[in-house]
Amino acid sequence: MWLLVGAAWAGGSTRAELEERGLAPVEPASDAQAPPVVLFGGTVMTASGATWKDGYVVLQDGRVLAVGSGAPPEVAGARRVDLAGRFVTPAIIDTHSHLGVYPSPSAGAHDDGNEATAPTTPGVWAEHSIFPQDPGFERAIAGGVATMQILPGSANLVGGRGVVVRSVPGRGGRVMRFAGAPETVKMACGENPKRVYGGKGGAPSTRMGNLRGQREAFLSAQAYLRAWDDYDRQLGEWRDSSAEGARRKRGEAAPEEPKAPDRDLDQDTLAGVLTGELLPQVHCYRADDMLSFLQLADEFGFQVRSFHHATDSYKIRDVLAERGVAASVWADWWGFKVEAYDAIPEGAALLTEAGVRAVVHSDSSIGIQRLNQEAAKAYQAGLASGVKVTEEDALRWITLNPAWVLGIDGETGSLEPGKRGDVVVWSGHPFSVYSRADLVFVDGALRWDSERPQIWSDVLTGQSFVAPQGTSPREETP
Amino acid sequence: MMPWWWAVSAFADCGAVAGAEVHLPGSVAVADVVWVDGRIVAVGPKLPGLARAGTWNGSPCAVVDGSKRHVTAGFVAAPTQLGVIGIDLESATHEDDAELGDDPIRATLVVTDGYDPTSAAIPVQRIQGLTSAVVFPGGGTVAGVAGFVVLAGDTQADAVVDRDVAVVGGIPTGAWGEGLAVWSGLLDDARNHARNPAAFDQGRPYAHGASRADLEVLGRVVRRELPLVLGAQSAWQIEALLRWKATEQIDLVIDGAAEGWRVAPALAAARVPVVVDPLLYGAGGFDQLAARPDNAALLAAAGVEVILSTHSTHNARTLRQVAGNAVRGGMDHEAALRSITAVPARVFGQAGRGSILVGSAADLVVWTADPLELSTRAEHVFVGGREVSLRSRQTALFEKYRTLPGTPVAPLSLP
Repeated sequence: MWLLVGAAWAGGSTRAELEERGLAPVEPASDAQAPPVVLFGGTVMTASGATWKDGYVVLQDGRVLAVGSGAPPEVAGARRVDLAGRFVTPAIIDTHSHLGVYPSPSAGAHDDGNEATAPTTPGVWAEHSIFPQDPGFERAIAGGVATMQILPGSANLVGGRGVVVRSVPGRGGRVMRFAGAPETVKMACGENPKRVYGGKGGAPSTRMGNLRGQREAFLSAQAYLRAWDDYDRQLGEWRDSSAEGARRKRGEAAPEEPKAPDRDLDQDTLAGVLTGELLPQVHCYRADDMLSFLQLADEFGFQVRSFHHATDSYKIRDVLAERGVAASVWADWWGFKVEAYDAIPEGAALLTEAGVRAVVHSDSSIGIQRLNQEAAKAYQAGLASGVKVTEEDALRWITLNPAWVLGIDGETGSLEPGKRGDVVVWSGHPFSVYSRADLVFVDGALRWDSERPQIWSDVLTGQSFVAPQGTSPREETP
Repeated sequence: MMPWWWAVSAFADCGAVAGAEVHLPGSVAVADVVWVDGRIVAVGPKLPGLARAGTWNGSPCAVVDGSKRHVTAGFVAAPTQLGVIGIDLESATHEDDAELGDDPIRATLVVTDGYDPTSAAIPVQRIQGLTSAVVFPGGGTVAGVAGFVVLAGDTQADAVVDRDVAVVGGIPTGAWGEGLAVWSGLLDDARNHARNPAAFDQGRPYAHGASRADLEVLGRVVRRELPLVLGAQSAWQIEALLRWKATEQIDLVIDGAAEGWRVAPALAAARVPVVVDPLLYGAGGFDQLAARPDNAALLAAAGVEVILSTHSTHNARTLRQVAGNAVRGGMDHEAALRSITAVPARVFGQAGRGSILVGSAADLVVWTADPLELSTRAEHVFVGGREVSLRSRQTALFEKYRTLPGTPVAPLSLP
């Protein structure tokens, strides 16, 4: 009999144990080891408090070994790169991208970003829509972007899980994941959900309908979480008691195993928000919409990690600062919809001055190719209006602050010993319109070299007149 | 009465910038620029008639010290829906599209009749050095007639310089060859109508639902009084358009041209200008797989007249970033500047604008440094010789929220 009890253990699993299955990538990750690299003789902007003239950065075993100025330390076997006055920054991080889920070339068959079949679809994962052959990834890394959050679209009140990926080639979406990054979830306020569903004659069709939809989703998630918490506790008690029972009273019938609640993917995601395991990323433009959403977060006891688009966030920067909510904004997008009518170019600077973690994000396969320029515009707008903001603040808008929004600021986003070797060498000052990313290192490995550009994407491979970026057309035309 | 953003100058009739790096056609030189009654009257180093204390040939003149400053012609946004779209997603704010049901032929739509010179979007663009715009209608096979506006003035009479500068169209969706045939039919009808207007009144059928008034507008294309603007992205589309244009004997402007670099010599030989956005690299469909970040540079090097465009309404102000990126892609700096000033002005019938030349309109911008660099700001913007304010609804919101709560939530105190 006890053998049967043992078999029953394997069948009964906690929610966490169930979720853990299927998370290991099928595709083996590359185990190619990059040699140590010493970058020296340029300006090193660390995003962690120091800018070194005549600086150096040493990368070894995928990590930053040393940063400083003057003569770099000797490292056996290192490749030495003379920066010759060029600039080095941490690699750029974008908190808001739809690369892979709305890949290029644009095509009906590529519309994988919005599961617009129901207003709450927390159970879908952006990872499962990522087309790793999207040429947008190689264009992004050519712009110095090593890491990005891929999100579902904003048609839905709860759009599904986002995923943090590296802009390095993979054959599947899973292997592109930033290892160890927390799970994230996309939610949306305001015009989009009510337009998409109201336009179909359904709910929501108003802002109050949006809030009802989200509150009802979290109410049912509370019940789901309670049921699983109860079960997990009962299961633990049963495992203990039946284990003891099996030892003491051989042959006796074990106590009855508790019955697991039905698993529900939508509820799993929402439960992860309630437990704080998933970082909420909330598409929200208007100040009052953001305040309504914070009210909802208070009601259900979770913390918003970042509002996205957040064109009005400068109006509530005191509230965001006090609550530790980040704001991901554009440098200057505005006016394309009513809820974006009040954006101002000083937004990011005002947020920073008030102590909010500001981020300049792209939400665009075009914008992600030059986030350094977008940060530069937002910085100049702040300076011109007398907002207290520094060049390093502006660099953090596209490096350390987005790293925090994605829960990976202990790993990347600044040039500090021990962090991952995610580094860009720029041809000139990163905030100049004329500068380009010459070299991009990800985990200490060179992944982009403007002198030796490659085509990664299968979509572009073998196409007439398609040449790697930066080559002259005559070299590659058939 | 002048609106609040219109700076009133004591010397409205005479203005000057002294000792600036002046971006002249073909060169950059330290020079003075003087204008009277809205037109440039003198350009040159250390003009003898100009006194920095504020006179030109002895008469009062508002002189701006241009030392360590750059001066360019004001930038031209082309095409844009500035002033005819208030908010993109709100169709009630749209004046660029006739909304005539499924009628694809709207040649009679003169888009600037719907131009709102007080649109909040206009001062936002001026702050970044834009002084004029080519406003396009949108949609349909024949979208309507584009107009040229200056970004100043509070009436259409002030702002709309030219109500008709081009006919804007599109190739009807479906097979490209059939779309060109539709256009040939329309232009044939316009020719026939011009030859024998009475025939229309007799109820003779014209193709594609064009009205008599539509054909009269299209007659201006046939007579080469107005260019026709059509969109095309891929090299083969452009090639077919050029062949069609040679048959039709009209003036053509191609908008888009993502793969234009592949047919650059043919575009140059046909003298067909192109409107390109150098930032739009790689996000298109299968019809523009060969798009390149140096498209504008390759086109310009081949001798094609290039207009650089944002194709944006609210963010037409990013024009100088767009031009900067064209330079980053290999375009000559001076050519990039011309592509956002003199070229769009000339192509859309305003040869007297867009260049710093004696006789040209005094649409001028004084910059703190290289006008295409992101750290540079516009310090003074002149439209038709008058300095315009660099305030906007956005600067007003900034000032309102400079200290929180911004919105006056505290009660008023009694006086």
